[in-house]
Amino acid sequence: MGRSFILTFLTTLVLLAGFSSSTQAQPQAQQDQYPEAVFTPGRLFPPDYVTPTDVYDPWQPMNTRIYNFNYHFDQKVFLPVIRGYEAVLPQFARTGVHNFFNNFRDAVTMFNSVLQVSPTKFFQSTGRVLTNSTIGVFGLFDVATIMEIPRPEEDFGQTLGYWGVPQGPYLVIPFLGPSNLRDGVGLVPDLYVQSFVQGEALERTLRKVVFLFNAVDTRNETAFRYYENGSAFEYEMVRYMWSTKRDLDILK
Amino acid sequence: MTYRIYLRGMLIVLALFAAGTRASSENYDYPIEDRYAATVVGTPAEYQAVLPKTIPFQKRWIKIFPERELPEVVWYGGRLLYSQALQKNSAPLIFLIAGTGASHKGAKNYDMARAFYQAGFHVVSLSSPTYPNFVTAASKTGVVGHAEKDAEDLYRVMEMIWATLDDKIDVSSFNLTGYSLGGFNAGYVAKLDEERGVFNFARVLMINPPVSLYNSISLLDRMIENIPGGVDNFDRFVDDLMVGVAEIYKESADDLGEDFLLKASETLDLKNEELAALIGTSFRISSASLVFTSDVMADFGYIKPRGLPLDRHADLTIYAEVANRLGFTDYYHKFFYPYYRDEYPDQDRDEFISSISLRKITDYLQGSSKIQVLHNEDDIILEPGEIDFFRETFGDRATIYPRGGHCGNINHRDNVAAMVAAFTEGVTR
Repeated sequence: MGRSFILTFLTTLVLLAGFSSSTQAQPQAQQDQYPEAVFTPGRLFPPDYVTPTDVYDPWQPMNTRIYNFNYHFDQKVFLPVIRGYEAVLPQFARTGVHNFFNNFRDAVTMFNSVLQVSPTKFFQSTGRVLTNSTIGVFGLFDVATIMEIPRPEEDFGQTLGYWGVPQGPYLVIPFLGPSNLRDGVGLVPDLYVQSFVQGEALERTLRKVVFLFNAVDTRNETAFRYYENGSAFEYEMVRYMWSTKRDLDILK
Repeated sequence: MTYRIYLRGMLIVLALFAAGTRASSENYDYPIEDRYAATVVGTPAEYQAVLPKTIPFQKRWIKIFPERELPEVVWYGGRLLYSQALQKNSAPLIFLIAGTGASHKGAKNYDMARAFYQAGFHVVSLSSPTYPNFVTAASKTGVVGHAEKDAEDLYRVMEMIWATLDDKIDVSSFNLTGYSLGGFNAGYVAKLDEERGVFNFARVLMINPPVSLYNSISLLDRMIENIPGGVDNFDRFVDDLMVGVAEIYKESADDLGEDFLLKASETLDLKNEELAALIGTSFRISSASLVFTSDVMADFGYIKPRGLPLDRHADLTIYAEVANRLGFTDYYHKFFYPYYRDEYPDQDRDEFISSISLRKITDYLQGSSKIQVLHNEDDIILEPGEIDFFRETFGDRATIYPRGGHCGNINHRDNVAAMVAAFTEGVTR
């Protein structure tokens, strides 16, 4: 799946980004036809006020549409699959699956620790991969955590951030959810590393199964449920929380 | 079978425990002296009641108004979300009502559900009428915060949920509780039930309720003035809070999970004013969501221009920013009162707003022996002296703890024991 998937993914991204820039600036014009609300920004903010919690989101029209698509995909596909997954596999098996993928994710951290010139993180993640792949039986058991080896998580987006690349515009990625231009681009080398390692470790047919299980495991480990968090501003809230989290991830 | 005996034994022990605390609150060992810290931090683990790790807490939804056509921007809000944990055998049923802006699956409701499920109750957990999902799916007017109308909405919801359970479970009695605004709601729902008679609640418990809703929200609104530099720095304060958190985040392995802000706030060692600002801020964020949702539902023109249709892809950033700047008191004066004014022509603004109070149903509360109260002497949502209302109205049916702030001690073992005892003590099953 590796290369062709990545290519399709990137092309989609670029196309979506291009398409979106043409659909802006409409709502503002419309607003003037309606009576002014009791409280307006003009009444509450000084004229040149910039909100510190604002996130740069020039692709908002596209992003909200992808956000919506992701919600429907989540409802129709992801969550039913997760429910089946939970019903069929007992907890210890699900933990095994999760550990198995974390082992590959640790390999991604190894790669990025080198790029961030961080020997500590490199040795931690390498130690984890070596321990879990051997004593932990192909990563099924997380022996490294029992041995109290810390688990840093570094991806290529963080590596770019480490070297000073800003987040860029907020970006909602189909299937995956909130991101930004920098991290979206960063997915490509990470996916490449992960599929390269898996390619070395697994045979061809198995890799397709692994790809699907990886997606299921990731969703299963994510507690977030669309439109169940009591915010009327969910898109805006997630956007702010996510971009703050990514800033903090880089400091870490 | 042994499990049931064990359960009954537990209940007796719990009941005795509760009876003990009622007499001697000087033995109460809830450790946090400061009312703001208590409210934010809650109960440290070693003082908490032991509750089952998991219960069969199932998420459910129901359509309350099947014909309702929602404005597109809240298109996802048509189903009322709630949850339930049911016993296999005949058991008493308890409805839980969450506090301001909180949901049926929020931490406090979930903890209460665990306590009551462990004590052998069927549990049905409901969101607050001020929770946006309730506003869109279950509020008749969309403009909430009205004591009687919220009670009617809740009652309708309870009846409809009960209709789905009636032929599935055996229920020996109906009971009702809620914390904070949910406690206030419980009082009004109990009164409504006397007229409607659908449930004939056996017992009702109000936990840390406000007396006057307007007084309490004014207090919460004013807490935001503790933000360094004032309310104009709201966004800056939220942002600083997040950046301040970064320092801790660097060292801990925790991800940005649910309890992260809370944990961070513990480690940040916030000063009193900052804790108050934090409480005010979190109240503000949830009230902003509520107010915007109400405005959309009623198309009142409070923040969103009246008549302006917003679709599901609309950019709401500007509405969020405006809503975050407005207090709940602004909502009462500039939206709630004007909206209901015509219905109450003989009351002026102050009379109308101050009538949203437990004082309005004092006689009922005083005369109704099935209603009990758990409260704290130092609750931050009460004006000085307001705590005496509970002593005077409920007499020995009020248990008032010396510490705990607003619901900070709700997980303390004594509180959980008293909470359960309120429904089991002197009840034959």
